[in-house]
Amino acid sequence: MSEMLNVSSNPHVRDKGTTSRIMLDVIIALLPASAVGVGVFGIRALIQIIVCVAVAVATEGIYEYLMHKKLTIKDCSAALTGLLLALNLPVSLPIWMSVLGVVFAILVVKQFFGGLGQNFMNPALAGRCFLLISFGTAMTKFTLDGVTTATPLAKLKSGESVDILKMFLGNTAGTIGETSVVAILIGAIYLLIRKVISLRIPATYIITFAIYIILYALGTGKGFDLEFLASHLCGGGLMLGAWFMATDYVTSPITKKGQIIFGICLGLLTGIFRTCGNSAEGVSYAIIFCNLLVPLIEKVTIPKAFGREAKS
Amino acid sequence: MSILTFKGGVHPYDGKELTKDGQVVEYNPKGEIAIALSQHIGAPATPIVKAGDEVKVGQKIAEASGFISANIHSSVSGTVKKIEPRLMANGGKVNCIIIENDGKYEEVEIKKPKPLSELSKAEIRELVKEAGVVGMGGACFPTNVKLSPKNENDIDFVIVNGAECEPYLTSDYHRMMEQPEILIEGLKVSLTLFEKAKGIIAIEDNKPEAIKKLKELVKDEPRIEVKQLYTKYPQGAERMLIYACTGRKINSSMLPADAGCVVDNVDTMFAIYDAVIEGKPLIQRIMTITGDAINKPQNFLVRIGTNQSELIEAAGGFKEEPEKIISGGPMMGFAMSSTDVPIQKGSSSLLCLIKDPVSAVEESNCINCGRCVDACPENLLPSRLAKVARQGNMEEFEKLNGLECCECGSCSYICPAKRNLTQSIKSMRKDVLASKKKK
Repeated sequence: MSEMLNVSSNPHVRDKGTTSRIMLDVIIALLPASAVGVGVFGIRALIQIIVCVAVAVATEGIYEYLMHKKLTIKDCSAALTGLLLALNLPVSLPIWMSVLGVVFAILVVKQFFGGLGQNFMNPALAGRCFLLISFGTAMTKFTLDGVTTATPLAKLKSGESVDILKMFLGNTAGTIGETSVVAILIGAIYLLIRKVISLRIPATYIITFAIYIILYALGTGKGFDLEFLASHLCGGGLMLGAWFMATDYVTSPITKKGQIIFGICLGLLTGIFRTCGNSAEGVSYAIIFCNLLVPLIEKVTIPKAFGREAKS
Repeated sequence: MSILTFKGGVHPYDGKELTKDGQVVEYNPKGEIAIALSQHIGAPATPIVKAGDEVKVGQKIAEASGFISANIHSSVSGTVKKIEPRLMANGGKVNCIIIENDGKYEEVEIKKPKPLSELSKAEIRELVKEAGVVGMGGACFPTNVKLSPKNENDIDFVIVNGAECEPYLTSDYHRMMEQPEILIEGLKVSLTLFEKAKGIIAIEDNKPEAIKKLKELVKDEPRIEVKQLYTKYPQGAERMLIYACTGRKINSSMLPADAGCVVDNVDTMFAIYDAVIEGKPLIQRIMTITGDAINKPQNFLVRIGTNQSELIEAAGGFKEEPEKIISGGPMMGFAMSSTDVPIQKGSSSLLCLIKDPVSAVEESNCINCGRCVDACPENLLPSRLAKVARQGNMEEFEKLNGLECCECGSCSYICPAKRNLTQSIKSMRKDVLASKKKK
């Protein structure tokens, strides 16, 4: 009998939770935003989503097959990256550009650095920024009902008025997944209930950003402008970024204090990019820039061990 | 009353319903007995019998060989066959006194000690030492040493650890339910050593019957209080228990006494009672034989040195061939390569699982999710520690407080990538501690 027994180190029981279940939860949480995207932008949005997801999974699978690595497409992380990138693209973007962006995200940002868990910045956002730099015009051309329209943030920047209710519901120009605040919040609540994410990063991010915008409005003579604040909060990629991209485990700090510092940095940078930069949007750059700060943030926020708090 | 706990921890399936009901059955061994000379932390005991000697139940057969060591007594009557190394539950080999059991259980003459009120503190400690009492929760630290802190006036609390936070184990529960009076008497003995101290019996709230029973019994005891703990693993880990009961924190380089506490397991209190009130040595303990592979899971009162295979038979044998057998609980116990090993003073359980949940899963990449950080009761970063451990980076390991790890297993348990974090950290800790000793 003795040779039949398994011997291993403790513990001998394991929780049911798995990586793929976590990834699947995030995908489920993105479904409301995806559905609104398809509803607002039509069938082409659905095609963008399907293509991005399929190409992401295929790229990862083919690379791992060619490199004789363990196939990891079942963990759902590639599908998630594809979906997130699709939700960050304008509906009118030529499909070949979307494909290029997905391949860049999966191959260069994720796989070349060692696959899941090893990438130093969010692959979907890196893919988006790659496209933004390479194809600026196509990436900033937003259409609604077939007509090219400025996004609410762009309108805000040029001083026009915006409809906050429409921004909350999602019936505005923008990328496929970012327009509906309510759909994103439904997904976020699901993730909070499933304990996939905590409030630390998104809450500090959004609050810091809100404070920055209030101060900015006061400083530039607009006074205390709630409408300006609300449109900044509901506009652009802030909600999608704060709830779904800034909370990406791999590229955010593992320490609790670090997550709060990370959120504050994100809020400040997004505010600065949006108000002082050339472009109306700043979420993507803020997040991938802060991704690079993560190792530093973690280094200074190593928690004190239990019973060691009093000493250094 | 408030429910006490700590930060972190996990909630594994507790499996206690398998053995919660029913009475503890006394089991007397059939075959030969192998009594290990090292059943405690510290120096192995020195044998004082040789092959061919006749021994009786309760006769001292090996003597403590240093300050931190413990006496060992025969649990049966019979003839000493030989002294040879035998395999232990943790996989190591230890010198054992092998005794041919004559099945008569003739007892050595026991001199009943003076009543507790007439004993001096030194006499009480001597009785505990003489009886070979060690911490029976698994660590097996000699109890007389624990009961002799540098300054006994600094001890504010004597805590009985009735948390029993390890899944599947119900031995302490049965002790508390079946003979609560003895537990309280044992605690009173300990309290006579520390006039200033209060006694605390700490029990997880998944054992409401035990809490109720003991509360009822101590309601007229001004120095003893029953405290209800939140059910969470590792609530019974010494540092977590002290924190939950007193709000005081100790780290790896401190002893409970540094926080004014003495912590003893439930079964140890029984051993203290036997030693000081009855004058009996520690030769029996309570043990849970359980798991889905066992026909009749139950608790036994067993004799130290009994072969563990006998207990599987006593519990009705295997329902199904198990993939894994664990000595102790599933979170911190040792996986055994064979059940042909003797029971020691610290053997709390034999857990037989049809399916091994660990070999069924494969490690994948860490996704930095931080669940291990949330689960770690010591407030460490287990995924980082495991990473630097695998790199062999001792310096960084110490910087990240790796030596504070209590090896509770919560990080590996919770990891969604199924990484063996505890294993990596544990072996690195051993290396670091060994290299420190060299210096």
